[in-house]
Amino acid sequence: MKDLPDSEERRANLKGLGCARKRVEDARFTQGKGNYVDDIKLPGMLFGDFVRSPYAHARVKSINAEAALALPGVIAVLTAKDLEPLGLHWMPTLAGDKQMVLADGKVLFQGQEVAFVVATDRYIAADAVELVEVDYEDLPVVVDPFKAQAPDAPVLREDLEGVTEGAHGPRRHHNHIFTWEQGDAAGANAAIDGSEVIAEETIYYHRTHPCPLETCGCVASMDKINGKLTLWGTFQAPHVVRTVASLLSGIDEHNIRVVSPDIGGGFGNKVGVYPGYVCSIVATIVTGKPVKWVEDRMENLMATAFARDYWMKGRIGATKDGRITGLHAHVTADHGAFDACADPTKFPAGFFHICTGSYDIPVAYCAVDGVYTNKAPGGVAYRCSFRVTEAAYFIERMIEILAIKLGMDAAELRRINFIRADQFPYTSALGWEYDSGDYHTAWDKALKAVDYEGLRREQAERVEAFRRGETRKLLGIGLTHFTEIVGAGPVKNCDILGMGMFDSCEIRIHPTGSAIARLGTISQGQGHATTFAQILASETGIPADKITIEEGDTDTAPYGLGTYGSRSTPVAGAATAMAGRKIRAKAQMIAAYLLEVHDDDLEWDVDRFAVKGAPERFKTMAEIAYAAYNQAIPGVEPGLEAVSYYDPPNMTYPFGAYICVMEIDVDTGEHEIRQFYALDDCGTRINPMIIEGQVHGGLTEALAIAMGQEIAYDDMGNVRTGTLMDFFLPTAWETPNYQTDWTETPSPHHPIGAKGVGESPNVGGVPAFSNAVHDAFRAFGLTQTHMPHDHWRIWRTARDLGLHG
Amino acid sequence: MIPARFDYHRPDSVAAAVGLLQQHGDEARVVAGGHSLIPMMKLRMAAPAHLVDLQGIAALRGIEAGDRIRIGAMVTQSEMLAHAGLAEAAPILAEAARQIADPQVRNLGTVGGNVANGDPGNDLPALMLCLDATFTLEGPEGVREVAARGFYEAPYVTAREEEEILTAVGFDRPARGFAYEKQKRKIGDYATAAAAVLIGAEGGRVVSASVAMTNLADVPVFSAAAGEVLLGSDCGEDAVAAAVDAMQGDIDPVEDNRGPVEFKRHVAGVILARAIARAWSRV
Repeated sequence: MKDLPDSEERRANLKGLGCARKRVEDARFTQGKGNYVDDIKLPGMLFGDFVRSPYAHARVKSINAEAALALPGVIAVLTAKDLEPLGLHWMPTLAGDKQMVLADGKVLFQGQEVAFVVATDRYIAADAVELVEVDYEDLPVVVDPFKAQAPDAPVLREDLEGVTEGAHGPRRHHNHIFTWEQGDAAGANAAIDGSEVIAEETIYYHRTHPCPLETCGCVASMDKINGKLTLWGTFQAPHVVRTVASLLSGIDEHNIRVVSPDIGGGFGNKVGVYPGYVCSIVATIVTGKPVKWVEDRMENLMATAFARDYWMKGRIGATKDGRITGLHAHVTADHGAFDACADPTKFPAGFFHICTGSYDIPVAYCAVDGVYTNKAPGGVAYRCSFRVTEAAYFIERMIEILAIKLGMDAAELRRINFIRADQFPYTSALGWEYDSGDYHTAWDKALKAVDYEGLRREQAERVEAFRRGETRKLLGIGLTHFTEIVGAGPVKNCDILGMGMFDSCEIRIHPTGSAIARLGTISQGQGHATTFAQILASETGIPADKITIEEGDTDTAPYGLGTYGSRSTPVAGAATAMAGRKIRAKAQMIAAYLLEVHDDDLEWDVDRFAVKGAPERFKTMAEIAYAAYNQAIPGVEPGLEAVSYYDPPNMTYPFGAYICVMEIDVDTGEHEIRQFYALDDCGTRINPMIIEGQVHGGLTEALAIAMGQEIAYDDMGNVRTGTLMDFFLPTAWETPNYQTDWTETPSPHHPIGAKGVGESPNVGGVPAFSNAVHDAFRAFGLTQTHMPHDHWRIWRTARDLGLHG
Repeated sequence: MIPARFDYHRPDSVAAAVGLLQQHGDEARVVAGGHSLIPMMKLRMAAPAHLVDLQGIAALRGIEAGDRIRIGAMVTQSEMLAHAGLAEAAPILAEAARQIADPQVRNLGTVGGNVANGDPGNDLPALMLCLDATFTLEGPEGVREVAARGFYEAPYVTAREEEEILTAVGFDRPARGFAYEKQKRKIGDYATAAAAVLIGAEGGRVVSASVAMTNLADVPVFSAAAGEVLLGSDCGEDAVAAAVDAMQGDIDPVEDNRGPVEFKRHVAGVILARAIARAWSRV
């Protein structure tokens, strides 16, 4: 007994829940030993490259590939005409629309795929792209979603002319996609109209792009002998890609293997199915050779899925002492040329109806109108759950604007309206059931940490000094209390192309007490191999260092819906815990047999089953695992494996309190972030170090979006920000220091209480940065100005407020 | 992002490089650090059939920092930053070089490439105008010297003949008061506005002043007028305002993603005022 390590020491050895375990992935990533799609080289591999449209809207009168085909090394030039007999010149989108694979008669956005050149190397392919002659006739361009709805606006989608019923209900205009509503319009309007104070504003969340460091690509390889298609690619949802590939190509699903190797960031950009994948599959089937397609940075920014582009018109009412009475939101959503949003099927505007945020709002209504324009398709959840950053930005701006109207401190206004801890589980006016939260505790902790009162005093002094001409810098205090909704989701209301949004884990314990677990998700930098092993370590008593986590190969991993929307921990993490519990249940039977006691006489103790009242009589999980393979145990099958498919009963609702302190130079429009405090509550914390890393990364993307990153178009539909010179991707130099903190309110319905965190910092970060900019100018009369807050726009705000003298 | 086919040459002498330019005419382009030309080639906005790399020419390296300063064309911005003699003789070079992109870029980016390409966004051309530098050009007709202030004619068009190579820049040890002030959106960006200022003073009065601006016209701008109005002043508020006004007459910014013209003019004024103040504080 005395020699036995105590349970705390054994618990520490497991490196389970709560351990700041170093990422096991980093050994290969930091040494350049990752294996990405573009690292895959197969014998005889061909390369595909796109001819893309220079026009945003044009008729394609003819395509002449003669010169390209004459170039030695060019194998084929595919156009829509070649794909049409296969029914692959168009493909369904995840949003119930369809999208051209290759231009079918016209192009609808700059950078659209027109022809696919296949050649023996990528250099020849690039030369051949230049030689394909396309005759275009330009058509009037619409880049403004409001102008797109004018009666005389050009018809963008001629294929839908006369179609009055879309995938999400009636279409009221030829460029209209859907209207989607939630809540009580009449009730919300009546409550707001009858309020003592009403604030009304349009909040624009501009178009931006996830811009993962690795662009999208794939290698398709058809083995004509065994009829099997293998597709390696940058897929955030490999199993769904397999199903889609089977449905599109007619190849039986068991004959398709989809593999996501290492992925260099996804952030939502790699959820959808792109023409490059379809063309590569067709090309490998036609040629019988493997075909690689990898887009370059400009193609990625110009043509693959964008994010946001929501015009959000809000009305909010309150009593004169600050109690919110109602909220009304109307969104004009610019979807570009095709509705290719990657939302659960029944939610064409994602979970935008989380827009009541952290506040107890008695009645609310929101409506979203989707509109076609001559821009790239997309509308993905860029490091957030579906349309949740838009919703959080909307409500966190509306709260600030209401505070201005009320002449009230915005921190106090939030505190007055927070959902109280005793109200959980809380059903919002727009129908969500928030699982758990303690907003007041988090808020007070945050305000105290930054000395909020002191900051406000300093700000007031600064305003006075500015008015006296002693300084040209203003101080902004950006507040945010956000509530995320992640972990899609319950199969009863969440699906993608009909696939319920469950996830899965399959565990095999090896005879010597180590293990492999395979999941339906796929890491793109989240550190799944590290954290899922920690969940299993705590559940099974096998040290995390002895557990291999494998994802991304559809031939070996169980079916799952993939990684996006912070769903891996809430859904696959839960599946992992549940599978671990199945292992433990069987282990208990084996231990009872070995110890010659009844199952119920045993209790679990970190890494072993011990006889109740006689802790010296025990069997460790390693001993049990060995017994599972080498003993005939009556009534128990040999082996130690388990699989769990987890359908979550509800979403999870992580939340957080962020405060940004920013200095703004009114003459140059430059900013400096003096302090950024981020308190996150993601329920049970699996690995604090990975959480901190996630928060740092998400905040940096939020910084980018709020302060400069955008996909901008000119009136002709030309992309103005197609390179990293103009598209803001922060480096260490632009990135401030972050101060992270936490509270821990477990999810009551998740097996280990975890809620997910990867996307919270983007959801909460954007309003925190933006509110800081707005707050700096509050004393001078600013109510609302649109992101991104780059130098010239901040300068313009200062000029318009008369601050340049 | 894949350039058109080209032949690569790596001569080991200036004469050999000039020979290649003579042989291939306008089908050949010289490459130094490659930060401007290679992206242009990847975008297929430039498609030289022959690329003449100057990396192998030892004669284009080396820094002399006496009363007259001479920097070989293939000296990298990092080498310029690390050179102790240069830091002492002309610290404005290091101050400017430090504001060019990031260390990886500066490890490859060269003085010669930066000044010879004629890109108005580059930082060193305005600095050379400010320093009243001389560029050494070597071609089939031999060697000649051209004043930086007469070198820049239009975007990417300079006094360099097609078959000439810029081999070195030279200038006299500058005045003690210096500053290179730059506003940019982020690391790696061209300037929204930047100002190079050199001021010499005696007895609390300006005895020499030189002002040049980056990325505020289609060529780098030497503002003689801005320098002149500072002469004899104490760089007080009025003198600075007059210099800014004078500078505004010499720049001609255009709208781009960095902002509209009005913004750029405003920032140019702020940046120049800051540069003058810093230079004055160092005299």
